[in-house]
Amino acid sequence: MSHFDLQPPVSEDQVRRLRVNDTVTLNGALYGIRDATQIHLFDRGRRTRFDLAGHAVIHTAPNVKKVEQSAAHPAGYAPVCVGTTTSDRMERFTRPLMDQYGVRLVIGKGGLREGSLKCFGELGGAYLAIVGGAAALETTWVEAIEDVDLDDLHPESLWKFRVRGFGPLVVAMDSHGGSLYAQVKRAAQERRAHALESLGVKTE
Amino acid sequence: MKVDLQQVEEAAKELYIRALKLLPPDIKQGFEALAARESDAGAKRVLGTMMKNISVAEDTHNLLCQDTGIPIYNVRIGRGVEVDGVGLKQAIRRGCARSTREYSFRSSIVHPTTRVNEQTSTGRGVPIVNFDFMDEDNLLEIEMIPKGSGSENNSWLKMAVPAEGVDAIRTFVVDCVLEAGGKTCPPTVVGVGVGGTADLCVHLAKRAATRALGSRCEDPEGARLEQALTHAVNMLGVGPQGLGGDSTAFAVHVETAATHITMNPVAVNMQCHSARRARAIFRPGGVEYGF
Repeated sequence: MSHFDLQPPVSEDQVRRLRVNDTVTLNGALYGIRDATQIHLFDRGRRTRFDLAGHAVIHTAPNVKKVEQSAAHPAGYAPVCVGTTTSDRMERFTRPLMDQYGVRLVIGKGGLREGSLKCFGELGGAYLAIVGGAAALETTWVEAIEDVDLDDLHPESLWKFRVRGFGPLVVAMDSHGGSLYAQVKRAAQERRAHALESLGVKTE
Repeated sequence: MKVDLQQVEEAAKELYIRALKLLPPDIKQGFEALAARESDAGAKRVLGTMMKNISVAEDTHNLLCQDTGIPIYNVRIGRGVEVDGVGLKQAIRRGCARSTREYSFRSSIVHPTTRVNEQTSTGRGVPIVNFDFMDEDNLLEIEMIPKGSGSENNSWLKMAVPAEGVDAIRTFVVDCVLEAGGKTCPPTVVGVGVGGTADLCVHLAKRAATRALGSRCEDPEGARLEQALTHAVNMLGVGPQGLGGDSTAFAVHVETAATHITMNPVAVNMQCHSARRARAIFRPGGVEYGF
């Protein structure tokens, strides 16, 4: 298990060095995306002016406050509570994110499926697990909202955050076919009979 | 006791923000109990981060979780309480919308087909307002639950048949927890509804999921199931955030209702580890806030 401090954009080589159970701390740019953001990008033909190549995206729709534009708040938004949402709903967007925009890292909670894992292997990507529901803490790692695009989808806009000491995040899916979620699910499946037995339920 | 609707509106506003910021003491104790028993080092770290988040939220007066949830208000009306029911519902709705505006938190509510967000945390049929009655004199209680979507998206109903017996209920609960994995933000409170009609069964599951830790099902049959199921689901090793470990659920809670001779329904609805709720109690002397 190794720890990596990364400052995106990152190269394919850097991402391929990550293995399941390693930890990562991010500094610099981080992009926030959500269901509606990706539905509009990939199903409705919209584009973003942001260059996401080599970058990390996080599954989020933050609580923000509209403020006067300033050096501290270049987008006219102050972060109030920035957290992470369940990734599984957005499974089908991993490939276009990587394929069309060159995204390398996806941050979320609860994990992604086999399709994304395959994509990480083919294109060089990884999934970093954050502790979901720990948004008050996560917010302390967000320095500023630097920019925002597709803001008509608010709060599911495409956010550009500037983060500092964002982590440690756990590499939960890597580019070598490793997935903590698949491991845990297989083990749970094996323990199922035992759990049912404790309830007096007979299984074949 | 005559209920002042202005006071209800204020309480509905305060309850939403309180629920988003302060975790009830029973859940905090639940975290400590899980952390003390957890044998997996990674899982212990995840629980540690969750507990740290609770104190950061308190120290920085911030929301515990970014998900402001679907607002649910459970109203219980005691004896001798005089209230305009329609007015009460409207006051709660106004308070809910004001909370979103005045505290500037995220409105998570959209129209189901147009997906338009009015940025008020309200919409058709939302906030959800449930009414019930209680025996106490001169007492009105409003419980507010911002129900998170990660856990709500993993909800199940099975219309099992009598021939499948109670084993169908036991197996279903274990399989739902397995299927949910990390998506529900475990450790969770697993709410199980047993009996009733399809809709009542799901409603019972939600009531079970949002009950305080340490409370027990009033039906001794349900209470027995709770104990056995809590032990069983924590044998699966799903762990906090689905990354493995012993701490899959704080508890399994069961609520039961009588059902039809041909039916054997079971529903599962879970509450995530940010198991938020807040309560306001109205007495002739004034309003008191708690959990």
